[in-house]
Amino acid sequence: MGIVSDSSQFARDAMAHAQSLYSTALRMTRNRADAEDLVQETYLKAHRSYATFEEGTNLRAWLFRILTNTFINTYRAKQRRPQESELADVEDLYLYRRLPQIVAQSAPAEDQLLDLFPADEVRQAIEELPEAFLLPLLLSEIDGFSYKEIAEILDVPIGTVMSRLHRGRKALQEALYRYAMDRKLITDEATHDG
Amino acid sequence: MADCNETLRELDRFLDNELASEVLGDMMEHLEHCVDCQQAFDFHAELRAVVKKAAGDEPLPDTLLGRIKECFGTDLSVDSDEA
Repeated sequence: MGIVSDSSQFARDAMAHAQSLYSTALRMTRNRADAEDLVQETYLKAHRSYATFEEGTNLRAWLFRILTNTFINTYRAKQRRPQESELADVEDLYLYRRLPQIVAQSAPAEDQLLDLFPADEVRQAIEELPEAFLLPLLLSEIDGFSYKEIAEILDVPIGTVMSRLHRGRKALQEALYRYAMDRKLITDEATHDG
Repeated sequence: MADCNETLRELDRFLDNELASEVLGDMMEHLEHCVDCQQAFDFHAELRAVVKKAAGDEPLPDTLLGRIKECFGTDLSVDSDEA
């Protein structure tokens, strides 16, 4: 195998992750033009540093590390996101405690959850999370990385990943509940008589 | 066997596939007998499915696909291993 075929194999392997990189980039940048630029830049950097990539290590995590660092270094400044300290810290199982009727159903509740929390509101709730919560949440919930992989991608201790994920999930639930209340899909009385 | 509080406390780590097998065994034993905890776990699993579907399923634009291929400067549609 020559260098050329090695590098085209690398390109093919790397291309397989384009869709998930783009979805994640879109949630980070919140607009399609920046998300496309960010993903292209990620692939350019990957191509340039291909020689430093060790065969047999986790290509997907390596690409997401480039994506995340590029976002933080180049695109973060354009973002207006709240600080962690601006968020109310709500209790555990926040939505679960407030939606007893849905919880109590024997049939799968996914359709009802989709009615309460339509896709555009879910996206908005995610995109408005403070960055410290957003990045671990995307890497875990959307991209399926383990705590250890997320710790390596973000270069933070694993305990930090876990606490940010925990708070990020609560903040997301609080936002989803607030949006549904705003649209009068949920009322306070209706949720507490279960 | 774990109780409800211990089980609910591990809910996220369970759904994240991050529990050590001893803890997992304790929890599964509790879940088999506890309808309330089963409901909590089902609810959160479904909520995650809703979030993942809404936020993670963006189709890759053709224009971007072309730009990515340019980054590598190779024609990826041709299998070039057979030289």
